[in-house]
Amino acid sequence: MTIHLKHGRLIDPVSGKDETVDILIRDGRIEKLGGQITSEKSAQDLDLKGKIVAPGFIDMHVHLREPGFEHKETIETGCASAAAGGFTAVCCMPNTNPVIDDESVVRYVIERGRRVCDGIVDVYPIAAATRGRKGEELAPMAELVGAGAVGFSDDGSPISSAEIMRRAFEYSSMYKRPVIQHAEEETLTQGGVMHEGFVSTRLGMPGIPGVAEEIMVQRDVALLKFIRTARYHVAHISTKEALACVRAAKKEGLHVTCEVTPHHFTLTDEAVSEFDTNTKMNPPLRTKDDLLAMKEGLRDGTIVAIATDHAPHTIDEKEVEYAAAPFGIVGLETAIGLAYTELVDAKYLSLFQLIEKLSTNPRRILSLAPIRIQEGEKANLTFLDPSIEWTVDTASFRSKSKNSPFQGRRLKGKAVGIYNNSKFFATSSL
Amino acid sequence: MKLQNRHLLGLDGMSKEDISAILDTAVLFKEVLERPIKKVPPLQGKTIVNLFFESSTRTRISFELAERRLSADVVTFSTAGSSVSKGETLKDTARNIEAMKIDMVVIRHPAPGASHFLSRVVDANVINAGDGGHEHPTQGLLDMFTLRDKYGRLENLKVCIVGDITHSRVARSNIYGLTTMGAEVSVCGPATLIPRDIEKLGVKVFHRLEDVVQDVDVINVLRIQLERQESGLFPSLREYHRYFGVTKEKVSKASKPITIMHPGPINRDVELSADLADSEHSVILQQVTNGVAVRMAVLYLLGTSN
Repeated sequence: MTIHLKHGRLIDPVSGKDETVDILIRDGRIEKLGGQITSEKSAQDLDLKGKIVAPGFIDMHVHLREPGFEHKETIETGCASAAAGGFTAVCCMPNTNPVIDDESVVRYVIERGRRVCDGIVDVYPIAAATRGRKGEELAPMAELVGAGAVGFSDDGSPISSAEIMRRAFEYSSMYKRPVIQHAEEETLTQGGVMHEGFVSTRLGMPGIPGVAEEIMVQRDVALLKFIRTARYHVAHISTKEALACVRAAKKEGLHVTCEVTPHHFTLTDEAVSEFDTNTKMNPPLRTKDDLLAMKEGLRDGTIVAIATDHAPHTIDEKEVEYAAAPFGIVGLETAIGLAYTELVDAKYLSLFQLIEKLSTNPRRILSLAPIRIQEGEKANLTFLDPSIEWTVDTASFRSKSKNSPFQGRRLKGKAVGIYNNSKFFATSSL
Repeated sequence: MKLQNRHLLGLDGMSKEDISAILDTAVLFKEVLERPIKKVPPLQGKTIVNLFFESSTRTRISFELAERRLSADVVTFSTAGSSVSKGETLKDTARNIEAMKIDMVVIRHPAPGASHFLSRVVDANVINAGDGGHEHPTQGLLDMFTLRDKYGRLENLKVCIVGDITHSRVARSNIYGLTTMGAEVSVCGPATLIPRDIEKLGVKVFHRLEDVVQDVDVINVLRIQLERQESGLFPSLREYHRYFGVTKEKVSKASKPITIMHPGPINRDVELSADLADSEHSVILQQVTNGVAVRMAVLYLLGTSN
């Protein structure tokens, strides 16, 4: 299939380009790229006037739930959700059943990813750092990387033992893959269901104090100073203090990165006031101060990646009293709209920076080859329409689950299509 | 008279007018309770179900009495200690209530927000009879009724709530209601049992009873749970009693008599000394009596406004 992309605004952080171009893609490769390309009869024309062509987006923090929890999401529905949300790649977390702590499971997940949705979305597994995510002994990291894992994490739980974290840093450093920490000092968070602060006091709900995140990041940074060859990535950072700690560690030249979720730069713990279980996630929604710190961290470059922590749960699982509900919300199909509305439209980030944080930077963190938008290269692209205003409707989600606190929210900016692995997907907005 | 909300989920955000309306109505029902025949007909033909997912004796009996004295048909359902997972029970129960055409539901549940959840999924009026550490609005109302009865006002009345504020729904409902009505509220307890940022609710925080007694009209003593000691929140009941137990000796240092309240059940000589609980300054039994009148008022106002 040949596609002729016309009049799109190419924004490519890798080459530094920001210009209106035509792109001719034949059999998955960029054949021509230029100001204006003469039409070909056999090509499918796609008018991208007013739209943005970016290197394919990757969500480096997704729970695809397969194997084991297919009632919440499958690799197929998760990839469909990713495509609809504008992502050409996702990294899936290992808290499945069985846990992704063995090369056979890594291979299974990658293989399923190739078979579903025409293989348009690349699925990169994050393997468990420890066997069974139990935090007791290292997972077979070399074998896991060999099978295709791109990082290590016990996400959902922290790597609590300092000794195990030290060894995970040492061992993973041989393969230049990050240890991704769910930063939570669990002795401080037992029974907690929301951020501990004024709102939890008002609602009488057990709290998860922000200091639990800060302490874990502090400890990990101390270990990283000891093992300087390791790569440390803080998942879903949510507190001002933990962010300050990352900022200081970066200044020291340590290999530290972090990501933030759209909900942590959009909502605060005030959203919990009506006991809507779709506001329950871990880390919890924090304070206005923390939210502003996240935006500042994105602006000053301390936060290099935006990732959703897409965590599907069924309606039955979420339609319970707050304390009984599982943590987590879906995010793939609202991420771009939220990021554009809250960050670009609100002048925190340029489009260029936004694209870095959704594509270039996360790929670099995971040692994935950069996407080159040049003649002769494989086409891996996301198309955005920055002018669309739309209303979130969870019923239209491709994800199997609808647990979003953003139902009914007005957003500006949307991913309207993707191209990857010789496949083209367009939403109804394209 | 009609309240702004068709449910009573909490006193947080309830207007002064609504609180006054309930307290004024309760005055009428208190008079009814002093008659030889204590039954009136306003809720005849209405069906009320009391759902108690947590053990309770006095609140349950108080609600049942209030409902029966208003001539409602009453069903009480207790599942304390049930092995069924809480989430399933509540949702399934809600569906059953819908199916059985119940008019009003009174719910006590260990999870904060449980009554909010219920109010979203059923048509019936929902009354919160205690949701975890969140609110216990009828207790807050009966406490205010008792104080208004005694002092003739709530405005500028100085009330200190003593004990485990963090886990107390009674404390929260009292704080919301009393501050709305213009009372001056303070809390006193060990630092481990005072929740973060509580000052932002408009209350002063104390850690020494001695600092409190000089300046208050009322002390509302909360029950201390032994399990809080087990989870490391205070060192021992002995130490608790010594420093935070409200005793005649500590209260005697005040220049004026202090009214003693307690939501019950009392751990005698732990959070409150027995002699003080039984003294002439204690209004603990009046609280119980007034509880029925206040609950009648709430049921009446919600049940007759549809």
